[in-house]
Order: sequence, then structure tokens, then C-alpha cells
Amino acid sequence: MKYAYYPGCSMESIAADYALSVEAVCKALGVELEELDDWNCCGASSGHCTNYRLSHALTGRNLAIAEKMGMDIAVACPACFVRLKSTIHEAREDDKLRRDIEQVIGRPYEAKYDVKNLVDIMVNDIGIEEIRKRVKKPLAGLKVVSYYGCFLVRPPKVVQFDDPENPQSLDILMDALGAEALDWSGKVDCCGGSFSLTKQDIVRKLISNIVNQARQVGAEAIVAACSLCLANLEQRQTVSPVIPILYFTELMGLAFGMPEKEVRGWLKKRMANPVPLLESHNLL
Amino acid sequence: MQFIGETGPAKREPSLSGKVKELSGTDLDRCYQCLTCSLSCPVAYAMDYYPNQIIRMVQLGLKDEVLKSSTIWLCATCETCVARCPNEVDVLRVMDTLREMALQEKVEGKETVIPTFHDTFLGSIRLWGRSHELSMELTLKVRTRDFFTDLIMGIKMLLKGKLRILPIRIKGLKEVKDIFEKTKGAGS
Repeated sequence: MKYAYYPGCSMESIAADYALSVEAVCKALGVELEELDDWNCCGASSGHCTNYRLSHALTGRNLAIAEKMGMDIAVACPACFVRLKSTIHEAREDDKLRRDIEQVIGRPYEAKYDVKNLVDIMVNDIGIEEIRKRVKKPLAGLKVVSYYGCFLVRPPKVVQFDDPENPQSLDILMDALGAEALDWSGKVDCCGGSFSLTKQDIVRKLISNIVNQARQVGAEAIVAACSLCLANLEQRQTVSPVIPILYFTELMGLAFGMPEKEVRGWLKKRMANPVPLLESHNLL
Repeated sequence: MQFIGETGPAKREPSLSGKVKELSGTDLDRCYQCLTCSLSCPVAYAMDYYPNQIIRMVQLGLKDEVLKSSTIWLCATCETCVARCPNEVDVLRVMDTLREMALQEKVEGKETVIPTFHDTFLGSIRLWGRSHELSMELTLKVRTRDFFTDLIMGIKMLLKGKLRILPIRIKGLKEVKDIFEKTKGAGS
């Protein structure tokens, strides 16, 4: 299984640790990720908030590069995922926009290939049974809640992935790894990621709501698939002790029995240390 | 019909609704004011007008009030309203359109920090091809004259090696600069 891989800017800075577990888990599962040559930033929310044509051109250049590689694109960052996906969706529906993108980026672009988020690839392309077979060290006793945030599931018409109000993919995946995925109501609540540098008071309120809902059902950790959500959830909690946040790929690596030293390496840059929790369950 | 705003009778611009419809590709007249968008919005509590009110105000042509509102910038782009609207009004595309309009017409609104953030973020992409967190954050601090918020957190992140010191400059930077020129993006 091979994909064109779009890492996105955060994978080179605040989420450099996410990149490590993503690459390790994909390698273990035989998923080949070929990085797009000389990709640029997708523009994130600042692009579409301020300039429609600019946002589609910034994603368009990346999509045109990937189209030349002749493969579907894999993206681990949900914020990049929704931007790329929305350009594909709109370019397919509106040929005038597609031609405008070609003119602005100076490259041909036919919107031939699709973009997939990494959770989708794990659960639907690799498949839960295949993942279950790889588990060597089940995460027995670990109580988690799966946090999907906004862009894995919204807007439903564009992303066409899972249920927008009560998604299950990550929960099924956690169950396959042997963890106890608790049902809760914060799954698709917004963490306020786009305001992390501007409206910290709003972010703290949104994060408190999410963390409270996780605590109420007795979660020991929150599982995330987005580096911006994770950074926000880790750093904007107001009540101690803070609940640790883990990337789903880290728990996959752990359950697959990857070397303890490697797993500890992924976790050492974390602002809310998840190691004591994992040690208490004899997982590290 | 007259609309009395905070500062007395408001000026109406009847063409606003048609323009927003055209630019956003969204049929605003499908809105029947059920309030689902506002009840779903996680940031509604901080806005000066609720999202459903903004839709109604666009229909009424209250351009000044809409473009100066804090709502258009406080929309967190979480897409919850879009997912839940029973009549498929793409509220986020409407907000995007209004934000773009406010910038193009250089409207000075109630919210200034968020538009400055967007401009700074895009400026970083224009400069390097990829966003560079550290220089972008420092530029934002200078531009908003807010030097102390999150300073300790920033230092902790630097010490943990979570912030890259040097930016990555892509080879095709000229292509990215051209994209900004052609679309009149940030800084052009």
C-alpha cells in the first residue's frame, strides 16, 4: 500500500514527535509514505478565512505535485486534510474554479486523486482485523476517550468520513488495541485551535469543557489525531492533575510491541507527561 | 423598514445579500431562523451578534454592522453549524465571504487581533513557503504589542525543542510568491 504523503508544517515543529510515531506505525503495517517533493503550507484556516482563491491555490499546488506522482494522498494532520479535501471537492464540482487554480499555480491539475486522513487509512484501508493481528501487548486496563475534534468529520459533505456527531473509527481502533474506549459527549467538540495564539480565554473555556467531559466518564487519557488539538489540550487545561493526551499512533506503536526506548522517545517532548500513566498499567 | 442599531437608524445596502450569495455560493434565503447554528456554536457566547443574526442582517443589507462585528472574526471555523444546519446553509462560507469583504474594503471592525494573526500567518508562508511558528509568533507579538501572554509556555516549548529555530525555505518559493501576487494575498 503506497500513498503520496503530505506531512504539513506542524510535523516539522510542534508535532515532530507525532511524525515519528506516524512513520514507525506505517512502516510496521507496510504502508509506504512517499513525501511530496517541495510541498508548501496548506494555508490552514487563515487561508480560507481571508482569501478564497489564495486558499485553493496553496492547496492546489500540493495537489498538483501529488497528481504527478499518480497516487492518493495520505495526511496525518486533520487541519491540512480538510483543506486539501475541500479543494478537491470544489474543483470537481466547479470546473471554473479548477481552471482558475491551474492558472494561479501555473501547473496542470485535474482533481483525479483523493486525499485520506490517517485514521481512515488505518481503519478502512488496512482494516481492524489486520491491526488486531499485530497487537503483541494489549493495552489492557487503559481507560481512554477518543477525541476526533472538528476536521476529521466536518464538513460531512466534504470529508465523507464516519458519523459527524458520533464517530466510531478511533473507538474501534482503541478497542482493537485492547484499551477500554469509553463513550463520551466531547468527541467532536471544537478545541478552539485557530485561536491558540489570539484568544486564549476562549480556548481555555473550550478545553475545560472537553476535559471535564472526559473526567466525568472516568478517562485516564484522551486520544487525539491532531497535533493542534493535542497541543491545546495539553497546555490549556486549568485543573491539575492534568489528563495526559496521546496520539492514536503512539498507542498503536505501544500495542504493536515496538521497542520501549523508541516509544519513550516519542513521549519525551510532551508538555503533559503520559509516561507515569502508562507505567502504572505496566505498559512501559 | 428601518433598522435601529446601537448608534441609531442604520444605513441599508440592499445589494449585500445578492453579493454574499454570489461570492459564497450559498443560498441565504434557505435560512428559516431555527437558531441551530447559534445553539451549536461553541464561541457564540463571546460574539456581539449570533450567527443566525448575522445571516438575517446580511439579508437586510446591514453591511456596516456585519462587517464591523466581532462575530465574523470570532467564528472558529469548526464547521459545527454547517454540519447541523437543517437547510444546508453553509454558514462558514458566508463568514469567510464576509471576512474577505471586510479586508478588501479595509473596514476597521471591533476585532483586530484575529485578522492580524491571519495576516501574520500568511505572511510567514509568503516568506518561506511553509509557516515558521517561532518567527510568526514573535512577529505577532510585535504587531499586537502583546509581549507577555504565553511567554513562559513559549520558553518551555523552545526548551523542549518543539519550536524549530530556523525556518525551512522551499525550492519553489517563487511559485508561492506568484500565488500570493495573483490572488492579492496577504502583503500584496
